[in-house]
Amino acid sequence: MCLFRDMMSYFPEEVLEHVFDFLTSHRDRNAVSLVCKSWYSLERFSREKVFIGNCYAVNPERLIARFPRVRSLTLKGKPHFADFNLVPHDWGGDVYPWIEAMTKNGINLEELRLKRMLVSDESLELLAKSFPNFKSLVLVSCEGFTTDGLAAIASNCRFLRELDLQENEVDDRKGHWLSCFPDSCTSLVSLNFACLKGEVNVAALERLVARCHNLRSLRVNHAVPLEALQKILVKAPQINDLGTGSFVHDPDSETSKKMKNTLENCKSVRSLSGFLDVNPHCLPAVYPICTDLTSLNLSYAPGIYSNELIKLICHCKKLERLWILDTIGDKGLGAVASTCKELQELRVFPSDLYGADNAAAVTEEGLVSISAGCPKLNSLLYFCQQMTNAALITVAKNCPNFIRFRLCTLNPVIPDAVTNLPLDEGFGAIVQSCKGLKRLSVSGRLTDQVFLYIGMYAEQLEMLSIAFAGDSDKGMLYVLNGCKKLKKLEIRDSPFGNAALLSDMGKYETMRSLWMSSCEVTYGACKTLAEKMPTLNVEIINEGEDQVEASSSPDARHRVEKMYLYRTLVGPRRDAPDFVWTL
Amino acid sequence: MSPPLLGIEGHNQANVSPMASSSSTDCVSQNVSCLKERNYLGLSDCSSVDSSTVMLTVPADPKSNLNLKATELRLGLPGSHSPGRESEFSPLIDEKQLFPLIPSKDGIFSSGNKRGFADTVNAFSSRPAGTHTKTEVASQECNNNKINGSNISSAPSAKAQVVGWPPIRSFRKNTLATTSKKNDDVIFVKVSMDGAPYLRKVDLRTCATYQELSSALEKMFSCFTIGQCGPEGAPSREVLSESKLRDILHGSEYVLTYEDKDGDWMLVGDVPWDIDYVTDNCCCLRMFISSCKRLKIMKGSDAIGLAPRALEKSKNRN
Repeated sequence: MCLFRDMMSYFPEEVLEHVFDFLTSHRDRNAVSLVCKSWYSLERFSREKVFIGNCYAVNPERLIARFPRVRSLTLKGKPHFADFNLVPHDWGGDVYPWIEAMTKNGINLEELRLKRMLVSDESLELLAKSFPNFKSLVLVSCEGFTTDGLAAIASNCRFLRELDLQENEVDDRKGHWLSCFPDSCTSLVSLNFACLKGEVNVAALERLVARCHNLRSLRVNHAVPLEALQKILVKAPQINDLGTGSFVHDPDSETSKKMKNTLENCKSVRSLSGFLDVNPHCLPAVYPICTDLTSLNLSYAPGIYSNELIKLICHCKKLERLWILDTIGDKGLGAVASTCKELQELRVFPSDLYGADNAAAVTEEGLVSISAGCPKLNSLLYFCQQMTNAALITVAKNCPNFIRFRLCTLNPVIPDAVTNLPLDEGFGAIVQSCKGLKRLSVSGRLTDQVFLYIGMYAEQLEMLSIAFAGDSDKGMLYVLNGCKKLKKLEIRDSPFGNAALLSDMGKYETMRSLWMSSCEVTYGACKTLAEKMPTLNVEIINEGEDQVEASSSPDARHRVEKMYLYRTLVGPRRDAPDFVWTL
Repeated sequence: MSPPLLGIEGHNQANVSPMASSSSTDCVSQNVSCLKERNYLGLSDCSSVDSSTVMLTVPADPKSNLNLKATELRLGLPGSHSPGRESEFSPLIDEKQLFPLIPSKDGIFSSGNKRGFADTVNAFSSRPAGTHTKTEVASQECNNNKINGSNISSAPSAKAQVVGWPPIRSFRKNTLATTSKKNDDVIFVKVSMDGAPYLRKVDLRTCATYQELSSALEKMFSCFTIGQCGPEGAPSREVLSESKLRDILHGSEYVLTYEDKDGDWMLVGDVPWDIDYVTDNCCCLRMFISSCKRLKIMKGSDAIGLAPRALEKSKNRN
């Protein structure tokens, strides 16, 4: 004991700080800060990157108090199911209070990464004007801002390196935000505005690219036509990550030939995306860059048929990540399996959402071929027409390295296509074989059995998504009791009720959040949970026909339509709208 | 059915209590770090089960005195029974509340674990809306109507859709909806040329102007053109200039005509193709494309009276 204490004080603080510098993962830093008070204190003054997975778990004041030297902040707002229209738009997650607090306290913010947050133009303007060293803005699935906000960023952030907009709903004000980058701005490394719907000033873009010699990543929107992109690429042959806009032209034209030549010159391109509008006959222009490509995203390019996709993919032998539409078909996936031996991540999205049974959709066959041909596969998102237990068992045998496994049958309760049994055994095989599985989404016809398997085998599981599954409270109980590392559990339309919810209330303090919608939990149970666990915020989202008068206290037996609970250090949030009740 | 993975298959027929205790021991050894023992196999009280799974049924509940069989909703034609239902998974509460897809009145559908054989696959697509499920009428315009009860209106597609399923981001959904709409329309029309041994087909959607159409046709039929198109004569030229048109008309003597919906042969070019951005007069675009049923490249001599007008028109256009 004595010896240990002496060793701890042997190292002066500067040395410890230097050692901590090598710790980049926030989990490692969190662990280090729990060792002792002096380490806690040292660590908090040296931490520059802070990750907050739920913006309501803490507040800006606590962040600033603990980490006064923070330079990079990552915040996540709405729960995951907000992506699928299950959470009203004005539920919350406004970033403004965070920016305001950091401004007032003299934080030297350089990087802000937001996911599913509400971002207003005022927030962007305040951000742009308050932090002179601001370098990097990444917005994923956010909303609430317009191109005016982007103009503020462009005009004021003199050292901007990264402006990355991914799948945001942006109101286009038809201003020329791109032209707002001053001539003195030469620092851009990454520019991604693929999600914008409106026109851009192509000439301004060309000049911007020409003067930013460090530009590595450029993803344009559909309003940038092929001719313009070609001219831009001539100025940026060093580019690493390219997102095309509209890729439509007469394949025999001069422009198309020029594009092919230009791309041949871009020898550093490793990631390709876009094709938001595409003439399949123009695709051969990209063959020159396919040989070294490691990431390909064609998931926003409908209208490329299976054969053309296969022809393209046959050139991509080094592919590690592939995002594609199910128009590729099982046959196309077979081609991927024979060509892309380095494949690690595959996402197959549905192309036909409104029509009748889609003949082009993929089935279990495609997945099996991929698993057989791509042993390095560790991340999967697969929307399919049908699935079988046998296929999943085979996949589990072939690919034991899955970290993320998300399977989504287009019919959420479809059973095994051959035996008509539930898909319990298939998913059971996956969790048993993939010991490192961290994220799982299940679908298809499922009973409590699959949750027994998950509880027993999915020891590393951190996030689980359940829809239309299970028979009784036992299903949820198996998961809550078995998955020790569970952080996020989201359930919809499943028969889990109060017994499951209340059986182990302390468990929720070990988790980030729990979402339950269209389940069997009642108002009374939620209230009980909220009363017993003051460190949790138990929110009821009250909307539509289920709306109960705010004044009247609803019946304890009344079923709750949407419940979202999360651990927090700062009590009920003060910005909850009327339809959100924190119990 | 493939055997369960648990490897305790042998215990299936045995008394359930030892199984429960052995499993809880397993629990304890696994959960060294937690504060209390968790028995994830569920409640200890159980009745023996002759099913092939290790699942324990819950103890009898006063509610089970209700005649559940009578209220049991099942899948299949009225009067059909799926085998072996009684012994398995007797639910505690009324199935209607358990499974949200069950409609309030219809007795056709059952809760999850009682699906009939072939109906399961079609069940989701053909069922009317459940009491607790909000459905979305599927349409290209993305109506977000929340329909409760069994009063679902007939959806344009075969399937009724549930809010938020399939789970893809609304941004992606909206983007794909607009782009796939664009790509759906292909308008192929036959093109015949006097003297050519076979016809061709051209997709009017790939052209945005008459000039593009002309150049596309020119490429298709260049091998059949009698006479040259002028000093350059290169068929890959994209822009159809006035001089070239004149050359074609006088040199090769061919004129482009089309058959409209009434069956009359018209000279191509009368109806404006371009969308007039100032007035947003986009109905004109549809006028030619929607009225053109087939194209014909006629000998100029047959269209001799029309040729000067065509030239004039092209002059105005350029």
